[in-house]
Amino acid sequence: MTAALRLTDLSKTFPVGKPLLGPPKAHVRAVRPVTLEVQTGETLGIVGESGCGKSTLARMLVGLQRPTTGQIEIEGRAFDNADPAAFGRMIQYVFQDPISSLNPRKSIRRIVETPLVRLHSMGSSERTARIAEIFASVNLREEFLDRFPHEFSGGQAQRIGIARALAANARILVLDEPVSALDVSVQAQVLNLLARLKREFNLTYLFISHDLAVVEAVSDRVAVMYFGAVVEIGTAERIFTAPRHPYTKLLAGSAPVVGRPLTPPEAKGTELPDPLNQPPGCAFAPRCTRATELCQREEPRLKRMEDDQLAACHHPVD
Amino acid sequence: MGGYILKRLVSAVPVILGITVIVFLIMAMIPGDPATAILGSYATPENVEKLNRDLGLDKPLVQRYFIWLGNMLTGDFGRSFSLNRPVLDEVAERFNATLILAGTAFVLCAFLGILAGVISAARQYGWADKGITFVVLIGISVPSFFLGMMMILLFAVNLRWLPVSGMFAIYGGGDLPDLLRHLVMPAGALAVVATGVIARLSRSAMLEVLRQDFIRTARAKGVPERGVIWRHALKAAMVSIIPVLGIQAGFVLSGAVYIEIVFQWPGVGRMLVDAILKRDILLVQGGVVFVAACYVMFNILVDVAQSLLDPRIKT
Amino acid sequence: MIAFMKLLARNRLALAGGIVLSLVVLVALLVPVLPLKPPDVTNTAERFHRPFTEGHLLGTDHLGRDLLSRLLWGTRLSLAVGTAAAVIAAVIGSAVGIVAGYFGGRTDNVIMRGVDMLMAFPYILLALAIVAALGTGLLNALIAVAAVNIPFFARNIRGVTVGIAHKEFVDAARLAGMGHARILLQEILPNVVPVIVIAMSTTIGWMILETAGLSFLGLGSQPPQADLGSMLGEARSALITSPHTSVVPGLMIFIIVMSINLLGDGVRDALDPRLRSGALTRPQPATTVQRAFAPEGPGRGTLDVRDLETQFHVGPRIYRAVNEVSLQVAPGECLGIIGESGCGKSVTALSIMGLVSSPPGVITGGAVFHDGQDLIGAPYDTLRRLRGDKVAYIFQDPLATLHPLTRIGEQLAEAIRVHHAVPKAELRRRAIELLKDVRIPNAEARVDNFPHELSGGMRQRVGIAMALANEPELIIADEPTTALDVTVQAQILSLLDDLRRDRGLAILFITHDFGVVAQLCDRVAVMYAGRVVEEGPTGDILERPAHPYTKRLMACVPELGGGRRDLAAIPGLPPAVDQLPMGCAFAPRCDKAAKACTAPVDLTRSDKRSVRCLFPEDAIERHSA
Repeated sequence: MTAALRLTDLSKTFPVGKPLLGPPKAHVRAVRPVTLEVQTGETLGIVGESGCGKSTLARMLVGLQRPTTGQIEIEGRAFDNADPAAFGRMIQYVFQDPISSLNPRKSIRRIVETPLVRLHSMGSSERTARIAEIFASVNLREEFLDRFPHEFSGGQAQRIGIARALAANARILVLDEPVSALDVSVQAQVLNLLARLKREFNLTYLFISHDLAVVEAVSDRVAVMYFGAVVEIGTAERIFTAPRHPYTKLLAGSAPVVGRPLTPPEAKGTELPDPLNQPPGCAFAPRCTRATELCQREEPRLKRMEDDQLAACHHPVD
Repeated sequence: MGGYILKRLVSAVPVILGITVIVFLIMAMIPGDPATAILGSYATPENVEKLNRDLGLDKPLVQRYFIWLGNMLTGDFGRSFSLNRPVLDEVAERFNATLILAGTAFVLCAFLGILAGVISAARQYGWADKGITFVVLIGISVPSFFLGMMMILLFAVNLRWLPVSGMFAIYGGGDLPDLLRHLVMPAGALAVVATGVIARLSRSAMLEVLRQDFIRTARAKGVPERGVIWRHALKAAMVSIIPVLGIQAGFVLSGAVYIEIVFQWPGVGRMLVDAILKRDILLVQGGVVFVAACYVMFNILVDVAQSLLDPRIKT
Repeated sequence: MIAFMKLLARNRLALAGGIVLSLVVLVALLVPVLPLKPPDVTNTAERFHRPFTEGHLLGTDHLGRDLLSRLLWGTRLSLAVGTAAAVIAAVIGSAVGIVAGYFGGRTDNVIMRGVDMLMAFPYILLALAIVAALGTGLLNALIAVAAVNIPFFARNIRGVTVGIAHKEFVDAARLAGMGHARILLQEILPNVVPVIVIAMSTTIGWMILETAGLSFLGLGSQPPQADLGSMLGEARSALITSPHTSVVPGLMIFIIVMSINLLGDGVRDALDPRLRSGALTRPQPATTVQRAFAPEGPGRGTLDVRDLETQFHVGPRIYRAVNEVSLQVAPGECLGIIGESGCGKSVTALSIMGLVSSPPGVITGGAVFHDGQDLIGAPYDTLRRLRGDKVAYIFQDPLATLHPLTRIGEQLAEAIRVHHAVPKAELRRRAIELLKDVRIPNAEARVDNFPHELSGGMRQRVGIAMALANEPELIIADEPTTALDVTVQAQILSLLDDLRRDRGLAILFITHDFGVVAQLCDRVAVMYAGRVVEEGPTGDILERPAHPYTKRLMACVPELGGGRRDLAAIPGLPPAVDQLPMGCAFAPRCDKAAKACTAPVDLTRSDKRSVRCLFPEDAIERHSA
C-alpha cells in the first residue's frame, strides 16, 4: 500500500521584524521538522493547544504556505512549489470558521462550482450533474444553490465547505478544526457525515483539533503537537489511555470528564517558552515534573516506544 | 522611552529626504524655462543662458538635486527673486506667523472636538447629541474661506467688535492683547472644519469603545458611569483619536493658506500663493520643504504621545 | 440594491440631502438650455446691482455680469471638476490599496512607504507644488486635488483589503484553482466596493471644496471662466461694499457640500452592516426594564431569580432570549447553567445585574432578589453599589475584558476604590495580595504589567482576582474557561473550586461543557431556547436526565477514553428565538413529541428536581421520593 501523504522534515520558520531591505531581526519556528506518513484511507488526528503549530502544518500541506525545509509527497508525487492550484486536485482543506470560509457576495452555486471550473475545466451541463451528486452526498438540498452564505447556519455552512472540498475531487482532506465552531448537537451531525463520506469515497483525512475526545472518536492514529513539534504519535485507542509523553498525559488528564474529581493537573506552570528566544533542550521541560538536566540540554527525538507508538521524550511515562 | 524617540527621529530622516525628492521632481516637471520666467522681459538668450548657469540648471537632474540638497543642509535655501532676499529668512519669518495661527486653531479644535465627540457619544440620540451632530455637519460643509469672509462682515464690519484683518494694528499695536484680538476670527474660522472632523471621529471612536467587553467589565466592577466614560472609554478611544489629530494638524496647516488670504495674515501660505503666481520657484520649493519637514517633526510628537498612551507599541 | 435604496430613503436627513443634491445636479445639467444671460459678457454700466433688480435676479458682479447665470455655470463646473477629482482619486487610490493589501510583504511595504511619504505633506503643500509646476488652471487644480487624495484612498482601502485577504474564503479560492487576478476581481473587489463607495461619498464634498479652494486662491479656473471658488475669490475685494457677490457663490458651495455630506452619511449608514444592525449604539449603564409583571419578594438564598424575561428589540423583531427563568443560589452553593450557544444562558447571567446591552436588550418581566431587594428595576445607583461589591462577574475572554491600556494593579485597585475609601498604598498592597490569592507567581512585579504582557491563563486569574476584590457573596462566571487551552482550564477550574470552598462563595457558573459542570457544580440548570428545561442536583441529572434534550445532548458529547466510534447527533437546529413555538421548543427535534407538546409546557417540580416535559425520560418523582 502506498502512503497517501508523506512528509519529510517539513518545517516552517517565520521571519519577525522584517525591515524593508536586508535580513529579518529574528525567526520564529512555527513548525519544527516533522516527518509523518498517512496511509490511504486513514484518519490521522493532530491535537495540540493554541500556538502549537498545527494550523501552520496544515496550511503547508495544501500549498497555502511554503515550507522552509522538507518535502511533501502526495500519492507518491513530490510537491515542491507552493501552488495551491496544483495541490488542490490532490488535497483539499475544510476550514474552521464555516461562515468566513464562504465569500459573502457569491452564491453557493458559484462557490461550489469554482473548483469544477478552475481545476477540472468542466462544461456547464456536466457541472450541474456533478453538483447535484455532491449535494446529495452531503445532505444539502439543491434549492440552497442559489442562496448566499449568510442565510445558512454554522452546520449547513460547514457542509457547503465540505461540498466545495469534494468538488475538487481530491482524495485527501485536511480538516482544520471542522467542528469547533459548532454546537455539540450539530457537531455530531458533521462528524458522522465526514465518517460516511470517507467510507463512500475512500478518502484520507487529516483531522486537526484541540478537542481530544473528538479526535479520539474519529481518528485511526493521533499525533500530539507541542510548541511546533510532534511529541507523540500512536493509535487513537492507546495514545490517551496509555500515553508515553508527559505532555500527552497532561493533556489527557486535563480534559474535564464527568465522574472525575477536580484536581489540578500535575504540572509546574502553564507558560510556553518564548518563541523568539527559545532555550535549548525539550520545550516541555520547564513544565515537566520528570525533567532532568538532560532534558534542559538536549532536544529529544521521536523514538519508537511500542509497536506503533512513538514519543519524543528522554524519560517517557511507563 | 528615550530610545523610542531617538528611533522615530532617525526614521524621520528618510521621510524628509523623500519629501525633498518629491518636491524636486515636481518642480523639475515645470515646462519651459524658469530662467525665462524669472527674467521676464529681460530675457535675452545671453541673459537666460547666464542665469541658467548661475542657477546650475545646465547640469543633469541628479546632480542638481544633490547640489540643492547640499545647499539646504547648510541652511542655504537659495534666494527669492521676487522678494530679493534669502528664501530661508522669508520662510522662517512667515512660518512664525502661521504657527501662531495654526497652533491656536489646532489647540481649539482638538479640545472642542474631543469634548463634543465624547458628550455626543455619551448622550447618543439625546438632544445634546442631535445638536452637536447638526452643528458639526454644518461645520464640515462650510468652506473656511467663505466662513472667514462672513465673520468679517458680521464681527468686523457690522458689529465692529474685532479688526478686519492683519496680525497687528498698524498704529499702536504689537502687544499680546492686540495679537489676540486679531487672532480670534482667523483661528476660529480655521478651527471649525477640523473641530467637526475630530468631533465626528471622537464620537464614533467612543461608541466603538463603549461596546467593548472591558467597558462591561468596568460596569460590572461598579465603576460610576462618569468614570466609565471619561476614564475607561476615552482613554481607549484616544488610541484612535490621536492619529487623527496628527492628520488634522496637516489639514489645519493647509486651511491656514485660505485663512491667511482672507484675513491678510502674513503667513507662509499667503507667501506660497504669491510665489506661485509670480513663479518664484525657489521660494515655493523652500517653503514647501520647510513646512513639510516641520509637519514631519510634529507627527513624531504625535507618535510619541501615542506610545506613551499605548503600552502595546514597542517597536 | 433595492434594500439599500430603501434603507437610504428611510434616513430622512439623507433623503433631504439627496433631494437637494438631485435638484442642484439637474439644474447644472440643464444650464446650457436654460434662458440665462451669457455669463462672461461684461457690462461695466451695470456693476454691483443688488439682488432682485430687474433683469438680474441675483444682481450683478464687479464687471456687471449676471450673477445667476455665472452661479449656475459655475456650479456646473465645480460639480464636474470635484466629481472628476473624486473618481480619479478613488480609482487610482483603491487600485493601489487593493494591490498593496492583497499581495502584502515587500510589495505592500514599498507601496505604503511611498504613500506615507505623500501623506507626510500637509496636503495643500503638495497641491500647491503641483500647481506651481503645472501652472495655474482648472485642469491642473483638478489633477492636484486628485493626486493629493490618492494616498488617503490607498491607505483606507489597503487596510480593508488586508482584513479580507486574510479571510478563509480567499484561501479556499486559491485551493479551488483561482489565480491572483481572478481572486482580486471576484473575491476581494466585491467585498471592498462598499468601502470604496463609502469613502467616495464621504469625500466627494471635500474634493469639491478643495477645487473651489484652489480657484479661490486664483490657482484654479482662470478668468473669464468661473467656478464657484473663483467667483468667491473675485468677490472678496468687494466684500464690504457688495457682500451679495460673495454670499451667492459661498452659499451655493455650502448647499452642495452639505447635501453631499448628508447623502454620504446616509450611504455609509446603509452600507455599513455594523451600523445597520444597530451595533454602534451606546449601551446604557444598566439594562432597560419594561416589566409587564413583577413577582413579590423577598426571595430566598443569596440570589433568587423569578420568572425572568429578557428580550432584544431590534427594529420590528423581538428576540425572546430568556423566558420564565427561575433559579436559586444558596449561600456557598455553585449552580451551573448549561446549554448550547443562543440558549439564553449568558443573557440570564448578565440580566441579573442589568449588564445586558441596552439597546437592544430589554428586561420585560420577572424579578431578581438579593438580600430581600429586587434588583430588576432598582435605581441605577443601587445596582452600581452592588456590582463588584456583593455580586461580581468573571467573563469569557480575558484579553477583551481587561482594559488594554491600564496596568492590572490599577484595574484591581479601582475595583476596590469605587466601593471603599482605601488609601493608595494600601490599595497597591491589596492588589498584590489578590494576585497572590489567585496564585500568580511573582505578584509584586506582575502588578505593574499590562494585560497584553500576560498569558491567557494569567489574564483570567487577574479577572478572578478582580471579582474577589471586595469579597463578594456571589460570583457570576460567564464561560470563564472557554477561551483557554485545556491544560490551563484545568488549573483555573481547580483554583475557582478551592476559592469557593475556602471563602464560602456562591457561584453561578455558565458553561456549555458537561465535564466542567460535573466537576464544579452542586446543582445544574439545563437551558434550551431561552427556557430552563431541567434543573436539579448535578449528579442526579448527569446519571438520570429527565428531559429528552438533556439526555440526547449528553449522548452527543464524545468522552475521552471511548475509542473510535460514531457519535450520536440531534437532527435539526434549535429554533430561532424570534420565532419560538407556543409549546415545547424541543418538540420538532424530539422523537417522543406528541400533539400535546405543541401547547405550553409547565415546569414539573418535585422536591429537588424539576423538568419541563410531558414525557420525561424517567418519572422523576420516583427517584426523589
